[in-house]
Amino acid sequence: MFANTLLMSLREIRRNLMRSGLTVLGIIIGVAAVIIIVVTLGAGTTRQVQDEIGKMGSNMLVLSPGGERRMGGAATTAPPFDLADLSAIRREVSALGGATPVNMRPMQVIIGNENRRVNIMGSDSEFSQVRNWKVTEGRLFTASEVRSGKAVCIIGSTIKGEMFAGQTPLGASLRIGKVTCTVIGVLESKGQAMFGGDQDEIVVVPIRMFQRRLSGSTRVDSIYISARSEAEMDEAKEEVEKLMKERRNTGEDTQADFNVRDMKEVSNMVQSTTGVLTGFLSAIAAVSLLVGGIGIMNIMLVSVTERTREIGIRLAIGALEKEVMMQFLVEAAMLSAFGGLVGILLGLLGAAAIAPALNVPFTLQPSTVLYAFSFSAMVGVVFGFMPARRAARLDPIEALRHE
Amino acid sequence: MTQHAPSATARPPGDISQMSYAGPVVAFDQVYKIYGKGESEVRALDGVSFQINAGEFVAVMGPSGSGKSTCMNILGCLDTPTAGRYLFKGVNVSEIDRDQRALLRRHFLGFVFQGFNLLARTTALENLELPLIYRRIDKKTRREMAMEALRAVGLLGRENHTPAELSGGQQQRVAIARAIVTQPSLLLADEPTGNLDSARSHEIMELLTKLNQERGLTVVMVTHELDIAAFARRRIEFRDGKILRETLTPTAG
Repeated sequence: MFANTLLMSLREIRRNLMRSGLTVLGIIIGVAAVIIIVVTLGAGTTRQVQDEIGKMGSNMLVLSPGGERRMGGAATTAPPFDLADLSAIRREVSALGGATPVNMRPMQVIIGNENRRVNIMGSDSEFSQVRNWKVTEGRLFTASEVRSGKAVCIIGSTIKGEMFAGQTPLGASLRIGKVTCTVIGVLESKGQAMFGGDQDEIVVVPIRMFQRRLSGSTRVDSIYISARSEAEMDEAKEEVEKLMKERRNTGEDTQADFNVRDMKEVSNMVQSTTGVLTGFLSAIAAVSLLVGGIGIMNIMLVSVTERTREIGIRLAIGALEKEVMMQFLVEAAMLSAFGGLVGILLGLLGAAAIAPALNVPFTLQPSTVLYAFSFSAMVGVVFGFMPARRAARLDPIEALRHE
Repeated sequence: MTQHAPSATARPPGDISQMSYAGPVVAFDQVYKIYGKGESEVRALDGVSFQINAGEFVAVMGPSGSGKSTCMNILGCLDTPTAGRYLFKGVNVSEIDRDQRALLRRHFLGFVFQGFNLLARTTALENLELPLIYRRIDKKTRREMAMEALRAVGLLGRENHTPAELSGGQQQRVAIARAIVTQPSLLLADEPTGNLDSARSHEIMELLTKLNQERGLTVVMVTHELDIAAFARRRIEFRDGKILRETLTPTAG
């Protein structure tokens, strides 16, 4: 019986192929949008964040001034760190793998006729170990270069490729603002960052050189710390917190005016941000599905009116109310499930096309497809219910008289 | 055979698909159908009693508004009396619900309409299979039964034609085949020749007569025309919701 109902519905949909197609357009668009959003923004960025954190090493901590605050929160008025804090950490923290200062500032970089705004990072040689950035050509800073703040720099691969036209930059000089630096090394390419930023468009200089000649202050904006091993992460974090509280004279019970984040927290923050975005865009897609559902209800009501006589015949030859109801419900569900299938297909194609442009991996979870499909079928059942009930409750005598 | 026969007794329907009954196929016992209330009250059926036994061929006649259509609707379990008792194969139709009436139609009733009422854009064979699908008969048996019914109405070879590809007479034959394919206890024909010319009408009547005589199919038919009514052995005439008279034709048409 159910197989027959399916066949009958299929035939009915095929009979009005054009109309059926237009009816399910809303569902198709809605489902395709959901798939694109979930695959690229949701799953894609989540995996990218995980990948990048994996690349950075999951045993990294970031110490920055300011109390607990979320990304994009109010600017901090907490006092900055200085190089003495860094030395203290190196001296006191037993679970330490490495620690490096990180000051970032975008500045004008000039090489010959080339001129562009680049992120300048002030640090010392330990950044290579702590941040897992390798030097492929040349070398890192020497201890004396760091100590004296010599005007040398290590450049990212994009700078080499685009500003030195691929020629070896070692020994060449470039200007950062008014300061001329000698290039001593080139960093390994790290690929594009989340949301399109180029991580290789960077110039690293010794921290003291940054402080004296670029920023003009002795502050250290943040300190990146790695634990000796992943198992010692919590220990390292505790030690750093305790040390910094002492150094900054924070009482045991007062809120610290700095924070130590591990990468798990950073990744959670990024994910909750993309989660909100995904949810918001999905809500828009849901509106499209709602409109699609109303379209299906509308067309099913038309269909019930058109087929009143057929319903009368069916009732007269002994169809039960629930059998007529089932027939129209199955038809509505098939219609929307069909729309769902097409939408999934279009969505996957769209996601595959968009993912490279957004720079996220194309990540497909089978459950996404399954949810999208069952949800679209459900839309048909929900919105097909009213028309189906109307069909089932027709009076056979009236229905047979209907012209 | 007439209203003077001992009155049939009501019984619970039980499992409708399995029931059998030796008494009259239908029995009207003081059946009223009243529309509206008070001043505007219309008595479509005004205390009608009659019985029809298995194997009869009955013509129901009368002008429009005489109550014959209401009578057919009640006979076909599509409608229920306002008062009085209608027993179909001993089942009191007033006391059963809409679904059980649908089951009675599914298992024991066949309908033929003036306007044929075949499913459009659906082949003759599929039209015939429709009532069998609702009876949950498997595909192979369905095919056999449908082909047998098509043979009975002389339409073998037309099984894959849709109604649009068939003449009016052929369409009505398909409709008759659909009505008899389930081997019903009662075939109800509502002006079956109303849309056909006289030659086609006579062919259809000969077919119904043949089915009545050869298969013992019980037929109740509404008609306006005397020459069509003449095919039936018994004639019930309605006027103003009452039976005006009943006549027996000595020899069938």
